[in-house]
Amino acid sequence: MSIISRGFHGRRRPDSDRLPPGQYLVDDFPVLSAGPTPQVPLDRWEFAIDTEAEQTHRWSWEEFQALPMETPTADIHCVTKWSKLDTTWEGVSLDVLFEDVETAAEYALIHSYGGYTTNLPLEDLLDGKAWLVHRFDGEDLEPRHGGPARLIVPHLYFWKSAKWVRGIRLLNEDWPGFWETAGYHNYGDPWREQRYEGD
Amino acid sequence: MPPRLAWRAAELVEIAGESATARTLCFRVPGWPGHLPGQHVDVRLTADDGYTAQRSYSLAGPADGDLVELTVENFPDGEVSPYLTEVIEVGDQVEVRGPVGGWFVWRPESKAPVLLVAGGSGIVPLMAMIRARRQAGSRVPFRLIYSLRDQDRRFYAEELRRPDPGLDVTYLYTRSAPAGASRPPGRLLLDDLAEGGWPANFEPDCYVCGPTGFVEAAADLLVALGHAPERIRTERFGPTGGS
Ligand SMILES: Cc1cc2nc3c(=O)[nH]c(=O)nc-3n(C[C@H](O)[C@H](O)[C@H](O)COP(=O)(O)OP(=O)(O)OC[C@H]3O[C@@H](n4cnc5c(N)ncnc54)[C@H](O)[C@@H]3O)c2cc1C
Repeated sequence: MSIISRGFHGRRRPDSDRLPPGQYLVDDFPVLSAGPTPQVPLDRWEFAIDTEAEQTHRWSWEEFQALPMETPTADIHCVTKWSKLDTTWEGVSLDVLFEDVETAAEYALIHSYGGYTTNLPLEDLLDGKAWLVHRFDGEDLEPRHGGPARLIVPHLYFWKSAKWVRGIRLLNEDWPGFWETAGYHNYGDPWREQRYEGD
Repeated sequence: MPPRLAWRAAELVEIAGESATARTLCFRVPGWPGHLPGQHVDVRLTADDGYTAQRSYSLAGPADGDLVELTVENFPDGEVSPYLTEVIEVGDQVEVRGPVGGWFVWRPESKAPVLLVAGGSGIVPLMAMIRARRQAGSRVPFRLIYSLRDQDRRFYAEELRRPDPGLDVTYLYTRSAPAGASRPPGRLLLDDLAEGGWPANFEPDCYVCGPTGFVEAAADLLVALGHAPERIRTERFGPTGGS
């Protein structure tokens, strides 16, 4: 039973069945990260998938650009309570990146330039659920939003959509990432309001 | 599975004006587990028809039994802050859960010098660190660079005026500077951080908090001054500033 705050009426917003509980809509694009924005020159950029068998699949910027691109449109939900509907991106489906990756691992640890990490079950990256993107809204992705390239995993809270992504390590055992070790939920489903540890 | 962070009833026990547009709210939260300076709470408001809104607010002071202090700046067209700055009265109740956030925190046992860079209401969690330092009797040197629009927006003015050995405070005004200010009004620049902060080779822990655009700029300048990115912790008060 929640407690009524006397005199609070709230600002009724148009009901949307696309808005998870506790979220509100924004039109701008807030920025949240734990430290300064890393600057990653394209000639030094690379993306790598490391399997549990220590095999590495690597892409340079040119190789990444040559992959088949998709233009997903997605709703994104940040744990700090804003949601943004119909964001448009351009990038490569993780299914493409995983085509030649042989693995029996169940977990993925994403790591970024700048040291950020976040974990999720591998199946949450596959079957059209995640993209490595380099463009937002028709423009190259700004560094503050994760450029040159970031991950987009729209069905989980946005901290799982790592910015400045540099690679994915596949693991047989789950390994909590940056926010997951700092009190945030290990999985982060916005529809179940999995914000903090224990939710 | 650890237990879910509980929503707890919070009764407003004291209100203090903090600036022309902000006030400090002190809530009694039975069962409050304590917190570290820099952490925040989620506040939930519920209307009588069940409609709810939640926002995050930094804890303004170190742990103090079951008392929790917040300072809220009013955004006139906002949903939650006008309620907290204009409507709520002593005796009214909201719900809070927390403490949240284990990264943007200062621990009193830390020995590194500290640079605090605040933009507007970003001073709130940094003030909690200043108060925690004083409470713990820490000798760690602190420097605070506090950027704000004008004097009317200043939080904790009295308290920051009182001498606090080992704490240096620099005010930077962005719109209008008071008479006698050492610098014309304007945004935070490299020189401001070079003069009011620490040399990078002192290896200070830097905490930057404020609106997104401010935090982006300040953190980039600190990196340009040679501070190691791992030592720069940021807290961005959305929702505006990014595009
Ligand atoms: C971790 C964290 C800690 C925070 N701590 C504090 C704190 O200690 N004190 C405090 O006052 N706020 C703090 N905030 C911001 C706070 O959570 C709310 O965003 C703020 O009170 C506005 O909420 P609102 O419902 O009034 O406005 P909303 O209804 O959410 O927004 C309405 C409009 O107001 C404007 N607006 C709202 N917030 C801001 C902002 N921060 N900067 C610029 N424009 C804005 C925007 O145009 C926005 O579209 C914190 C945020 C986070 C994420």
